[in-house]
Amino acid sequence: MGKRVLVIEDEPNISEALRFILRRDGWHVDVSADGADAMGALRRDPPDLLILDLMLPGLSGFEVLRVLRDAAQTRDLPVLMLTAKGHAADRVEAERLGVTRFMTKPFANAEVIAAVREMTQA
Amino acid sequence: MSFNYLVLTCLAYVILLFFVASAAERSAARGRAGWLRSPLVYTLSLSVYCTAWTFYGAVGYAARSGLEFMTIYLGPTLVFVGWWVILRKLVRIGRENRVTSIADMISARYGKSNLLGAIVTLLCVAAGTPYIALQLQSIAQSFTVFATDPTGVELATDRNLIAFWVAAGLALFTIAFGTRNLDANEQHPGVVIAIAVEAVVKLLALIAVGVFAVWIVAAGPGDILTRIDAQALPEWQIQPGRWTGLILLSAIAIICLPRMFQVLVVENTNDQHLATASWAFPLYLFLMSLFVLPIAVVGLEVMPAGSNPDMFVLTLPLYLGQDGLALLSFLGGFSAATSMVIVASLALATMVSNHLVVPLWLKARASRNRDTGDMRLLVLSVRRLSIALVLGLGYVYYTITGGSAALAAIGLIAFVGVAQTLPALLGALFWRGASRTGAALGLTVGAALWVYTLFLPSFGPDVFLSAQLMEQGPFGLSWLRPYGLFGVNTLDPLLHALFWSLSLNALVFCVGSFVTFPSPIERVQAALFVDIFDRSGPARSWTRPVAEAEDLLPMAQRILGVSEAQAFFSAQAELQGKTGFLPDITPEFLDALELKLSGSVGAATAHAMLAQSVGTAVVSVEDLMAVASETAQIMEYSAQLEAKSEELSRTARKLREANEMLQKLSVQKDAFLSQISHELRTPMTSIRAFSEIMMDTDAMTPEERTHFAQIIHDESIRLTRLLDDLLDLSVLEHGQVQLNLGPVLLSDLIDKAITASNSVQGDRKFRMLRSRDGESVQIITDAGRMTQVFINILSNARKYCISDDPQMQIKVRRQAQLVEVDFIDNGAGIPRDKQALIFEKFSRLTDSMQAGGAGLGLAICREIMHNLGGDISYVPGQGGAAFRVSFPLDLSAHMSTPDSHDTTPAAAE
Repeated sequence: MGKRVLVIEDEPNISEALRFILRRDGWHVDVSADGADAMGALRRDPPDLLILDLMLPGLSGFEVLRVLRDAAQTRDLPVLMLTAKGHAADRVEAERLGVTRFMTKPFANAEVIAAVREMTQA
Repeated sequence: MSFNYLVLTCLAYVILLFFVASAAERSAARGRAGWLRSPLVYTLSLSVYCTAWTFYGAVGYAARSGLEFMTIYLGPTLVFVGWWVILRKLVRIGRENRVTSIADMISARYGKSNLLGAIVTLLCVAAGTPYIALQLQSIAQSFTVFATDPTGVELATDRNLIAFWVAAGLALFTIAFGTRNLDANEQHPGVVIAIAVEAVVKLLALIAVGVFAVWIVAAGPGDILTRIDAQALPEWQIQPGRWTGLILLSAIAIICLPRMFQVLVVENTNDQHLATASWAFPLYLFLMSLFVLPIAVVGLEVMPAGSNPDMFVLTLPLYLGQDGLALLSFLGGFSAATSMVIVASLALATMVSNHLVVPLWLKARASRNRDTGDMRLLVLSVRRLSIALVLGLGYVYYTITGGSAALAAIGLIAFVGVAQTLPALLGALFWRGASRTGAALGLTVGAALWVYTLFLPSFGPDVFLSAQLMEQGPFGLSWLRPYGLFGVNTLDPLLHALFWSLSLNALVFCVGSFVTFPSPIERVQAALFVDIFDRSGPARSWTRPVAEAEDLLPMAQRILGVSEAQAFFSAQAELQGKTGFLPDITPEFLDALELKLSGSVGAATAHAMLAQSVGTAVVSVEDLMAVASETAQIMEYSAQLEAKSEELSRTARKLREANEMLQKLSVQKDAFLSQISHELRTPMTSIRAFSEIMMDTDAMTPEERTHFAQIIHDESIRLTRLLDDLLDLSVLEHGQVQLNLGPVLLSDLIDKAITASNSVQGDRKFRMLRSRDGESVQIITDAGRMTQVFINILSNARKYCISDDPQMQIKVRRQAQLVEVDFIDNGAGIPRDKQALIFEKFSRLTDSMQAGGAGLGLAICREIMHNLGGDISYVPGQGGAAFRVSFPLDLSAHMSTPDSHDTTPAAAE
């Protein structure tokens, strides 16, 4: 059994693409479209990596990140945040909240895989 | 004696007067007017009272009425001896207030009322014109006397022509010396000295004729007395009533006659002169009257029967072959007449220009523009014109009446006219309670009675008043007869007029003053006039330096500002040759400081402030009034400033609001760009990710390949639609949309929209509840755009209506030119807090991409409906989601009516 990654992304086509490339790289991929729904699972059984969309219905990516960093069991969870908004201010905010990596959409698949590997090896 | 010789003598005399007058003007201008300003000259100038009427007419009067002529001299004598107090007060007030005429005096006392000034002016002109005509007549008559040869045949002389040239010459003289400059004091030394010279000439002439009559023709005073006794002079007995009346009348005249007021008050330079005049003027009058009776008696005896006694002074020496004496007598009469005309026309012209012409001119000009340039030239020109006008009036009066009435009668009529100003004048001097209304009413009543009972009847019956009216009164009311008012028939017309006009005038004046309340300025003026001797005169120059420059500097700094005040003080110090910053407190320095301060705070305030600081002058009521009016002006300025600053703060508020709006718009623009970025990047992310997958994945099932290609395809279409929507919205928002108007059936549009929207989640079965009748409305609009709106609403319903048995009700309502279409589904509807948002761009209620749109649909719908002259709105409380689309029945007609702009795109927010 490989490492587990959770993808929180409300756009189904994007989450399908992520699931495909991660699985191909040997990951076990769980997908959630809603941050609030995912929170319970994250606390109970934290994955090895979280890929988090910024613009989400309900809880936003920032809010999810803040909650994770406040809880002991997820404080060090590697989080790759993806955003389609492209605001420089968003990156600053994400880093302040303790994001591990921050990437803007659209992304190159290879970059995502490289980042994911790097984050889990460290 | 030849006529030409006479004319030459006159000219020479006038040239002499010109010379004397201009010499006086020159030395006055050089400030060496010492002897000009002497009590003697003042007293002699008062002799302007003695006109041709006194010179010639008194003898005629004596020949006709005996001693009664003495009343004309007794009245003024009593005033100068007994009413000295009145005169002194009059003169003091006149000088301190720089009064220019009797009209000005009355106007000033009663609150600077121009109405009163105008009334007095009109009255004086009415009374003065015949009097001036009388002088012209006497000159013309005296010329004629000379021009008649001993055989009694009149030579070719035209009396009117003589009168005309005399009038013209006098106008020139008066203009030359009466309007030379516009001095605030209105004093004319040239005129005064000429009058004084003429006073001497006429006195000498009369005495010479008198001496001739007493000692040459008769055998001395004793002989004259016997001759007087022998003469059966008519009316020899003294009538107490008539004497009292006439003495009173002439006493009033000496104060109220415009020309007397001119020399007595206006031309007075020092009220100490009155002390001399109080005995010298009666003496002059005594000398003038001394030989009247002897000349009359001798004349009646010597001259042929039927000779005009009014001309005895001239005809007696002429008849007895004394040509030289006759010439002197002629010059005496000429002097008497001309001095009166000069001063009277000067006084009347001042009144006419100051109280009639200039106020009217200013009023007319004020309504046109507010420019107040130099008034001096205007006032001088008006005064010159007025002199010409007054003399012209006198000349016209003379030619019209032709000198019919006896000389003395005209003089007395004029006396009664000007006597009407007495109540108002005495009230001005002695009664604080006298009010403007009372004065105006009294003057009007008195003047009207004078005109009715004396002035108009004096022209003779059937000229102005018909003989019938004179006899029986107007409308047969005998108690209104001009000569018998209220049944008083025993008095002669003159006394009758004097009694009624003056007593009713005074009564109305008193009652009017009691019942009206004086205005503040009237009360201030009343205090200034009545209590003139209770305060020291306003010291307008600085005499006794008390304050130190150190005390004045802080005050000046407060007004001028620190640096400017210090610069001014040190400059003044330097001017005085001092080193350092503080000058000596000299009168010159105080004057300069006052001038400097008045530039900032106004003249009166500056004076009052310095007066307080220096402690020399009492601040007079006048000063305070001036300060008050300046303060009022400053308050008005400050009110204007306040209004300006309010306007400024309003503008600033508007700017701030505009700025806030711009910032809000900027934030909105940023948010919009961010939204667009997100909406574009999202499909691009899928496209890129799957195309990379397809490129670098070798082992891929055909199903996977088809699926991924399908996703790429769908996302490309989504991207394209988003861009289309954005462009569409931009076009709609800027009102640049091209509309294709045409008639179309509403039901057809709805059919088309339902068909088009069926593809959205085509597997769901939607029931349509429609009313074919309601929908069969012919409308004129852009069918494509309208269908786009309907499709959007129907598609949204198919996407978001969560009912198990989804249905859509379409209701059409027509209200006059307006059509409303309601689309109501049976879903959950839109939460209240979101209803306001749904028409905004990128507002997706679910935030879910499954709906497929970018959140621009309803925003586009709203823009389309605005472009179509209508609107789209959410209708709450209908069970499900309910949208109402409203639009005009005929868009082409709607667009041509101007009041429809409230629904056009430009007005949409």
